[in-house]
Formats: sequence, structure tokens, C-alpha cells
Amino acid sequence: MTKQQANWSPYDNNGGSCVAIAGADYCVIAADTRMSTGYNILTRDYSKITKLADKCVMASSGFQADVKALQKLLAARHLIYQHQHNKQMGCPAMAQLLSNTLYYKRFFPYYSFNVLGGLDNEGKGCVYTYDAVGSYERVGYSSQGSGSTLIMPFLDNQLKSPSPLLLPVQDAITPLSESEAVDLVKTVFASATERDIYTGDKLEIVVLNAEGIQREFMDLRKD
Amino acid sequence: MDQKPFSQGLLSSEADSQRTLYPYVTGTSVVALKYKDGILMAADMGGSYGSTLRYKSVERMKSIGKHSLLGASGELSDFQEILRYLDELILYDNMWDDGNSLGPKEVHSYLTRVMYNRRNKFNPLWSSLVLGGVKNGEKYLGMVSMIGVHFEDNHVATGFGNHLARPILREEWHENLSFEDGVKLLEKCMRVLLYRDRSAVNKLQIAKITEEGVTVSQPYSLKTFWGFSAFSNPTVGAEGSW
Repeated sequence: MTKQQANWSPYDNNGGSCVAIAGADYCVIAADTRMSTGYNILTRDYSKITKLADKCVMASSGFQADVKALQKLLAARHLIYQHQHNKQMGCPAMAQLLSNTLYYKRFFPYYSFNVLGGLDNEGKGCVYTYDAVGSYERVGYSSQGSGSTLIMPFLDNQLKSPSPLLLPVQDAITPLSESEAVDLVKTVFASATERDIYTGDKLEIVVLNAEGIQREFMDLRKD
Repeated sequence: MDQKPFSQGLLSSEADSQRTLYPYVTGTSVVALKYKDGILMAADMGGSYGSTLRYKSVERMKSIGKHSLLGASGELSDFQEILRYLDELILYDNMWDDGNSLGPKEVHSYLTRVMYNRRNKFNPLWSSLVLGGVKNGEKYLGMVSMIGVHFEDNHVATGFGNHLARPILREEWHENLSFEDGVKLLEKCMRVLLYRDRSAVNKLQIAKITEEGVTVSQPYSLKTFWGFSAFSNPTVGAEGSW
């Protein structure tokens, strides 16, 4: 009797793209609101962005059930942290926690592609980018998800600072103003929507700065 | 307890008999939408055993507690198992006797966790669930798949309904549908499914849930039309062919 092969997959790709850009004193995190499976759209109004702490926001795309489970886990750990330390978790601390949480399931991964955005301990914008098993790096900007192959080259063109190998060391943080960065994000998603079938419907933009958190929406093509 | 030999992994034939491999008796699409007073949900009453229509009076929608309605497609025995889980959940909720009761959001959240955890153990409940309800004036309609993918929307459908009913609903659904309009819209979706889904049967129930409670209709059938001229003389374009 031949060995039974599994005829279902524990994973699915529910699509979508995420972007984060760090500025001198702000951070922009954005993601589309489409949730798909195969060639179907399940819903046009689904947020991929979640606030983990006062100064830390995460956007994730990939397998939605894993994304939700991961967000729940991190929110719970943050609550415990607050009880134990009587303060909010900083963005670099949350970044490490996310990496460890992902690696914990190294042999049955969370199919979740994350960008973490926020303000570091000095109030400067910071963006951390991850793969599905927790490998991470602090960068000035990043994109993840189904449209990232379309978005990343464009961001490199517009934002890429000179090589980190040069001396003196130059910051990866973009010199763009907050409104310029938001405009760039809108442009980038409009373009990604044209060519990536999994990106579209609506764009959700979250801006973190010294005043707090602002959220805005922009319509994208629905086809 | 004897150790499994190293060569027998997760998918060994011994472990296989302990977990779901494929569904046996299945129900087809469930379609639901939000309307002015609450939620309307429709499902047919067929239980298929592969390509055989084995059971023709299966109720695939059940009320849960005071505020929710659950519809399921996929493996029917897994639906019955889920009902047992929910029975226990509601029982313990009632036993608190504190005037609070679980609303549709809470039940949806519970179901999501159950489905996701079974998927994590590689032993899924092979069902797609539609959870609708009204509590304190707030309408709620959500869906959970067998691997734990879940979302909330103004209209949802499982299985073939995603392909055939959702487009109709996207075009014709609007806020504050009246009860009659909501039923007409659902029936339009069910009729298309009846014509095009081979596992659909022409015996369906429509359920309504409002702040007052749940009502599941008596089974009835939809009127269909087959009198197309092309059907009456199918070989008119090519005489002599079969």
C-alpha cells in the first residue's frame, strides 16, 4: 500500500503588500486591504496593520491565519511586559521579540512576511524587515508581500542612501519630509496595484510621530 | 507506549488513521448577507457522499446561544463535532448566570482558534463556517476556513458560493436591505448555484437572525426554468450529430 500523501496544505497565501519608510522624526507604515485566496477575493476591507505598542506598528502579509496568530501572541507578550516593567515596549525591543517568536517556529513557520515600523528610543524613525523565520535587519525603508518585487526597486531608486560601506557612515533614514514620504507610499501602491493582482482595493497608511498615531485611507483599483 | 520507528514520520499509515485525510459526507455552499435588521443565511439540505446524493434533509444551519447562527459546508461530521464544542461553550457561558451571553464576535473568535489549532496539529476539521449574529443592535457576519483563515464582511459565501454568489452580492448588495429584498437576493444566488453547482440540491432553508432571535425557515424549493429553445432542439445547428 503506497504511503498516503496529504491532499491539503496547512498554508495559503492571502496576498497583499506592506511598506514602511523611516524618517528623521516619523515613520510611515502602509499596507493594502485586500485579502485573497487563489484567484478569488475574499474581502476588500481587511487591515494588515496592527499597533503593537505606542511607538511600534507592524504590517504583515502572507497566510492570514498565521499573521493573526502572530499579532495576537505579540500583543499578549506586550501586555505581560507592561505588567512586569510598568512601561511600553520600545521598538527595538519588540523587533527582537518578533524575531525570536518567528524562529521559535523555525520547523513549522509562521507564513508571515513582516515589516515593523516605529520610533526608536531617540525619537528617530526605525524600520525593521523580516523573513518568515525571523531573520531581521534595521533599515531605512522596506516592503514585503506579493507586491514587494515591484515596490522595492522603486523605493531603492527614490530612497537609497549611498553604500553603508562608505565612511563617514551615512544614515539609512530618508531626508524626505513626512508628507513627501506619504505621497511616495501612495505612488508606490498605485503602481503595484496595476501589475500585482493581489494588491488593490484600498490603501491604509499609518503615520507615527511625536504627536502620536494618525491613520488615513486611499482608494486603489478594485480589479 | 511503544515508540514509533524513526522511519515513520508524521504521515505514517498508523498515524493516518487518527487524522482527517479527506472529507466523506459533504455539504455544499452557504451564502449569507447583512440586511437592515440582522443577518440572512441560506444553505441547501443536501449531504453528498462523493457523487452520490446520500442525505436530502441535512440542516446545515444551527442557532448558537441567543445571538448567533452557524452555517457550515464541507465534512458534515466535523460540523456536528463543532456543534458539540459550541454546546459546551454555551453551557459554561450560561452557568455563569451573570446576565452576559456570548455574542457572535466571541463565537467567531472561538471557532477561529479551534480551526487554527486543529490545522496546527495537522488534523483539520474539514469545514468552512459562516457565523452571523446580532447583539445589542450590532450586526456581525464572519467566515472561518478549515485552515483558520477568517474575516468579517457584509456578505460571505463558502465553496462554490465564492465563485458564483459573491459577484452577484458585490453588484447588488447595499446597506439597509429590506427583509424581502434580502431574501430575493439570496434566492437569486442560490438559484445560480443550483444551475451550476453539481452538488447543489433544490431543497433549501433560509435563516434569519435579528435582535429578537433566530428563525430557520421550513425547507422549500426554488422555481427553475429549463424551457430554453436550445434545449428543446439541441442538434439544430448540426443535424446527424448526437
